[in-house]
Amino acid sequence: MKRSGIPYAAAGIIALVVLAGFSYKGGIFVNQNWSEEQKSLIASLSLDALPALPADPSNRVADDPRAAELGKALFNDRRLSANGKVACATCHLPDRQFQDGTPLGHGVGQTNRRTMPISGTAHAPFLFWDGRKDSQWAQALGPLESAVEHGSDRTALARQVAVHYRRDYERLFGPLPELTSLPDHASPEGNSAAKSAWPNMTEGEREAVNRVFANIGKAIAAFERTIKPRETRFDRYARSLQAGTAPNNGLSETEIAGLAIFIGKGNCINCHNGPLLTDNHFHNTGVPTVEGLPKDTGRALGALQVKNDPFNCRGRYSDAAPPDCTELNFMVSEGDELLRAYKPPSLRNVALRPPYMHAGQFRSLDEVVRHYNKAPPAPAGHSELEPLNLNDREVQALQAFLATLSEED
Amino acid sequence: MTRRQILKSRLLWAAPLALITMVGLGAAAKMRSPLPENLDLSLTRYSDAGVYETRLDTDMNPVSIGAMHVFTVTLKTRDGRPVEKAALTIDGGMPQHGHGLPTTPRVTADLGGGRYRVEGIKFNMPGWWTVTVHATSGAGSDETTFNLKL
Ligand code: HEC
Ligand code: HEC
Repeated sequence: MKRSGIPYAAAGIIALVVLAGFSYKGGIFVNQNWSEEQKSLIASLSLDALPALPADPSNRVADDPRAAELGKALFNDRRLSANGKVACATCHLPDRQFQDGTPLGHGVGQTNRRTMPISGTAHAPFLFWDGRKDSQWAQALGPLESAVEHGSDRTALARQVAVHYRRDYERLFGPLPELTSLPDHASPEGNSAAKSAWPNMTEGEREAVNRVFANIGKAIAAFERTIKPRETRFDRYARSLQAGTAPNNGLSETEIAGLAIFIGKGNCINCHNGPLLTDNHFHNTGVPTVEGLPKDTGRALGALQVKNDPFNCRGRYSDAAPPDCTELNFMVSEGDELLRAYKPPSLRNVALRPPYMHAGQFRSLDEVVRHYNKAPPAPAGHSELEPLNLNDREVQALQAFLATLSEED
Repeated sequence: MTRRQILKSRLLWAAPLALITMVGLGAAAKMRSPLPENLDLSLTRYSDAGVYETRLDTDMNPVSIGAMHVFTVTLKTRDGRPVEKAALTIDGGMPQHGHGLPTTPRVTADLGGGRYRVEGIKFNMPGWWTVTVHATSGAGSDETTFNLKL
């Protein structure tokens, strides 16, 4: 009997060793002794791991402070809109993380998607929920001509620049073209009057106006590059963990439990990775459609649009040599997985900006986490999620962790 | 004690131990799907049917998540002769997630001497990735799969 009991006692000891790293806290295993792998995952999410701003070879003035200054003025200028009431800052409110806290944006009309925060997007190879633009400057051109955002057009915008910003513009980009003989409103994208005026301009005139248009975007992008994430409670915790000082410093047990789920069985880190907590790729996560909004295929359409965009990295208005356009050159542009796939936004400050998802489908983080827990089938295409079977306390812990990603003033 | 009693007392021990072990292992197992054991991470390998010896040189060590990588593939026959002017295609993915690479890499230069530059490789998640090199030349068509742990 004694002899035969030894293997079982050994098994018991092994079991205890396995459990040693865990303490049981009200239904949640709190892992206080992070493994080396967990430590390196935590470090990878920390702001300390954020690389320097990647160069934007497609934008010659990207890092010119004079361009950033002009861009900031343009970002806040309502005169650039059709009704004189809409600026980028109308939807991207500087004191609200450059977003607006509503399910859909409100400019000259109403957008079909939610306004995205801007901080850190200089690190994103593709912009918008569906990545239909491949640089910040090309992105900025979209809203200026969108009927529901600024509602303007290319010749009108060039005129506004000539009237209000001629000196600053010409210092950066050289002389503005002669505009007086051009139609008041003309663009290949605008309303029908603007669209019909555009082909009547000479090719040289169209080219010159396109260039001014692109330069407006380049100045705005230079400003947006200065909008950077700031340190949070999570970052301080990650740093102290790395330094080996007081590992629990700054985060509560619940928050730490949430972090363990985020990098562990919640699988969140699969898509929300790196210091901005986004992989900047596109995923179908089964987010529901919204009644009344037009059909939205996400990346499936966005991929085609960015490839054909005349203002993309390979286009004639880009300052890059085509081989530098690696993201565009090697992107995936077809396949089932693109259908209703969207870009995960950075989760920095996420707790401060409900509602969530590309059309504000969820009102709270609680709804978000319960969606991940349940992993419903996608309305179209296939969701990459699998049910998580988290209990209520784990759901709350995950939310508590997300709140540690908020910047404090 | 009879055999039966011994068995009984063993089971009495075993049941709670098994339970504790399962809970413990369960908690550990749920921390992300573990990598398969003994994953062969070598970057010089024979192709599936043994036609080639293929080597993968990465531009970073360790290979990082999110960066656009440029790798070099070196192709030799089994007897060590460089394979020139081969047609290569490259793909990959995450076997545990059932998805491919987030990009479409391809050969952008034949560097000569059986060496080929592959651009456009990106990994967007931590975990186990594979990269497969499909090669066709006078020596035949075959593929080599490499494992990477990110
Ligand atoms: C009417 C509201 C509105 C206005 C005005 C507006 N935006 Fe947006 N912005 C949005 C919406 C909505 C989205 C997401 C749209 C989509 O994905 O289709 C967005 C997305 C973005 C993004 C993408 C962020 C990312 O992570 O990909 C950037 C950058 C941005 N806007 C900058 C600007 C700039 C610069 C201007 C001014 C030229 C501007 N926006 C004007 C509503 C607005
Ligand atoms: C398969 C990839 C994937 C995984 C895994 C994943 N996410 Fe997401 N996440 C996304 C995408 C894509 C979006 C945007 C989806 C949309 O708008 O349709 C998103 C959006 C979010 C948002 C809303 C952000 C905003 O500003 O609207 C939160 C919060 C979030 N995720 C948290 C989590 C948490 C917590 C987990 C783990 C339980 C998780 N995610 C796992 C891809 C993923």
